[in-house]
Amino acid sequence: MTDTTLASAAERRKLVRAGLARRHLGERLFRLFGIVAICLALGFVALLFTDVLRKGIPAFTQANLRLEVTFDPEVLNVDPAPVRAAGQSDADYRSQRLAWERQVAMLNWNTVIEAALRRAAPEGFEIDSRQLLTIPESDARHRVRQAFVENPGLLGQTVTIDVLGSANTDNWAKGNINRDLGDAQQQLSAPARALIDIFEENGTITQGFAWSLFTNVDSRSAPASAGLLGALMGTFWMMLIVIVLAVPLGVGSAIYLEEFAPKSRLTDLIEVNINNLAAVPSIVFGLLGAAVFINWFRLPLSAPLAGGLVLTLMTLPTIIIATRAALKGVSPALRQAALGMGASKTQMVFHHVLPVTFPSILTATIIGVAQAMGETAPLLLIGMNAFVASVPGTPLDQATALPVQIFLWQGNENRNFFEPRTSAAIMVLLAFMITLNAIAIFLRSRLEKRA
Amino acid sequence: MNTFIVAGLLIVLLGLAYQLGWSKSRALSTANGVRVHSRGQYHGTLVALWTLVPVVLFLAIWAFFSPGVTHWYTVSLLPTEVLTGLDQLGLNAQLQRIRDLASGFGVTGEVQPFEQAAGENLARFQLLSFLIMLAAAAGLGVLGLTLARRRISPRLRARNEVERAISVLLIACSAVAIFTTVGIVASLVTEAFRFFTYINPLDFFFGTVWAPRFSSTGTGDAGQYGLLPLLTGTLMISAIAMLVAVPVGLMAAIYLNQYAHANVRKIVKPIIEILAGIPTIVYGFFALVTVGPFLRDFGNAVGLSISATSALTAGLVMGVMIIPFISSLSDDILNQVPRTLRDGAYGLGATQSETIRNVLLPAALPGIVGAFLLAVSRAIGETMIVVLAAGNAPILRGNPLEPVSTITVSIVNQLTGDTDFTGPQSLVAFALGLTLFIMTLCLNIVALYIVRRFREQYE
Repeated sequence: MTDTTLASAAERRKLVRAGLARRHLGERLFRLFGIVAICLALGFVALLFTDVLRKGIPAFTQANLRLEVTFDPEVLNVDPAPVRAAGQSDADYRSQRLAWERQVAMLNWNTVIEAALRRAAPEGFEIDSRQLLTIPESDARHRVRQAFVENPGLLGQTVTIDVLGSANTDNWAKGNINRDLGDAQQQLSAPARALIDIFEENGTITQGFAWSLFTNVDSRSAPASAGLLGALMGTFWMMLIVIVLAVPLGVGSAIYLEEFAPKSRLTDLIEVNINNLAAVPSIVFGLLGAAVFINWFRLPLSAPLAGGLVLTLMTLPTIIIATRAALKGVSPALRQAALGMGASKTQMVFHHVLPVTFPSILTATIIGVAQAMGETAPLLLIGMNAFVASVPGTPLDQATALPVQIFLWQGNENRNFFEPRTSAAIMVLLAFMITLNAIAIFLRSRLEKRA
Repeated sequence: MNTFIVAGLLIVLLGLAYQLGWSKSRALSTANGVRVHSRGQYHGTLVALWTLVPVVLFLAIWAFFSPGVTHWYTVSLLPTEVLTGLDQLGLNAQLQRIRDLASGFGVTGEVQPFEQAAGENLARFQLLSFLIMLAAAAGLGVLGLTLARRRISPRLRARNEVERAISVLLIACSAVAIFTTVGIVASLVTEAFRFFTYINPLDFFFGTVWAPRFSSTGTGDAGQYGLLPLLTGTLMISAIAMLVAVPVGLMAAIYLNQYAHANVRKIVKPIIEILAGIPTIVYGFFALVTVGPFLRDFGNAVGLSISATSALTAGLVMGVMIIPFISSLSDDILNQVPRTLRDGAYGLGATQSETIRNVLLPAALPGIVGAFLLAVSRAIGETMIVVLAAGNAPILRGNPLEPVSTITVSIVNQLTGDTDFTGPQSLVAFALGLTLFIMTLCLNIVALYIVRRFREQYE
């Protein structure tokens, strides 16, 4: 009896020992898989950020041309600017002024710029005008003209004006283009390329911070001057609408459902609804916006108002769910104490419960807003991908948004120039996201300590 | 300008109402030593509410009707002989001239006598109607204020009334969620139904060719609207995404949950969660300019023909996007498995990995399956990555190395920048949207059901 048990115990031990190496190997392998998975995930994060940074940073500098522009009266043959006569109506004055500006616009500004470029070039450099004018950005003449429109007294004078280098100039100066390619594959002619090199040496072309990225709106004809200002303002208006609408609606709704709602069919329905809305694909919200806000209510197409409303509806479930979780977390003792002191239910909620949950609600709100800020698909359906070359002054003006601008730029055929541009825009967007999230984390830690 | 005047006056009126209500309540409570039911601020708020509600209602009605009335009045100012000679465009231009004259901005060119007169009349009319509106709004506000103030007595249950108003407001907030769902379902169903009046639903759901005309090319030919190529593309990309996300996400969650040192976990977890916060357009761009070309070159090196934009590219990057989703949900679910189960396994001599594989994972399985379903629903509804990186080739085929198209891509293509829902070309977007909505809804409901059911198991 004892023998058999002993034997079987020894046998079992042997069996276990025999399997031990295999089991330990399995353990190590499993652990290794875990580490590999973590490394893969971290590697993706690292790869994505380094890729965007590596591509985007060069786009923050831009080739600038410093030109000595002479406003030659012989070329600029124009009437003096109109002066407002007494008793003239606003409309009359404006039309007179516009007529004058039209006349100014008709002048041959290219000649002025060409003269300035030739002055900067070395004596006797051979290049024809068409090739020469590919060096500055095509909006250079607007800049010079604008300087004149703002100050007609410049006629006959010579002043220094900074203009942007064209996208091709920028690419060449930065070395984004393979310099060994044949003439046929180069965007710029050989003399133009040589002249750019000379300009770089004599200081006419400098690489400066690309302020135009933040101070200009998108542009089709002058890609180097295309900027994000319009998209930033569009995003600003939309986020304003989201904050003004989604936060009170979401918090109010969460308070009702968590604190006041009786358990009924209706409130159950609302609850299921909200959970489902949180998981509805964003593009479906775009369809809702297109059908309801644009087609039925006739809100203006491509306006931040419609975009903001769509994003509000999208963000609401996030805020409601987070606020409810925060309200649920408040200890019952606090509620009972408030009620016990004679507070009404409303007083209990608004005076005691809500202030305690404030940090969590704020954090959830900021994260919800950050999510809404990065959303692209629903905005495409309500026309926010239209080309807009103005800064929206109100939520009713045509506008685009930062992520949509990224979408528009990535599709530009001038890839050499626009891939860095798009990465730069992505960096701006990610910077906003990271800032918002950092604020959320900071506020939470700060406020929770005090509470 | 006028809006600011009205808003400013409204604020002043509200402040006044609150102050008057409050002061009367205060006078009551101090004067004769009676016990007043509610405190001063409730009386103030109640009076302010009584002032606010009628004024806002009146302003809303005014804003609705006044443009029409003004237009009708301006038209009536025009002499009949001018009116008969104008078409719609000319009439609008003429009305704009008169409005410009009325605003004092003036017009270009010679001002005709009738224009001058009409402009002056319109200016007078506008001023008058503004004053009427202001007076009526103020009158209503003051009326509400006095009525409410007169009601104030020691026995008035002002607090209860204010609280009832607050709860009505809160209910209205909650209703927005319902309205949103109703709006989604109503718009999808009505427009999809209109689409099915053009195209037989059988052809839509079982058609194998997707060759729509784009909405801008007119309605000459209806085109073919077979869902199957899009559906296979969608499912293929989702499957690839899950093949990436599930092993990585799950193993990452297990490692962080069971093996990792608390400090490592504290650092690594938020870094992985960064992936969830990155906008999808960024992933799309990354897929298009980095991952796609890399895969193509890799394919060339090993003798495979991989398109730069393909189901594989989109699926891989989408998988990366979903990793944090799976890892956080799995982490939560693993946390909920009771310690005693694990300790029991250890007590029997199991190694850590055996415990995880044979005890922890089976116990957490329903919850993890729920998380996978939620992730699949996310992958199916994802748009920007596939718009940029899937290649938009709506052809029925099974090779993941070739470009495909998805439901979401087609919605974007059919509806971008166009909201003239007259032909099947744009209406098909709603039929696609409805399909997508129902698919994701089913997945979500099943997933939520499984997750909930499982969570209650150990309580």
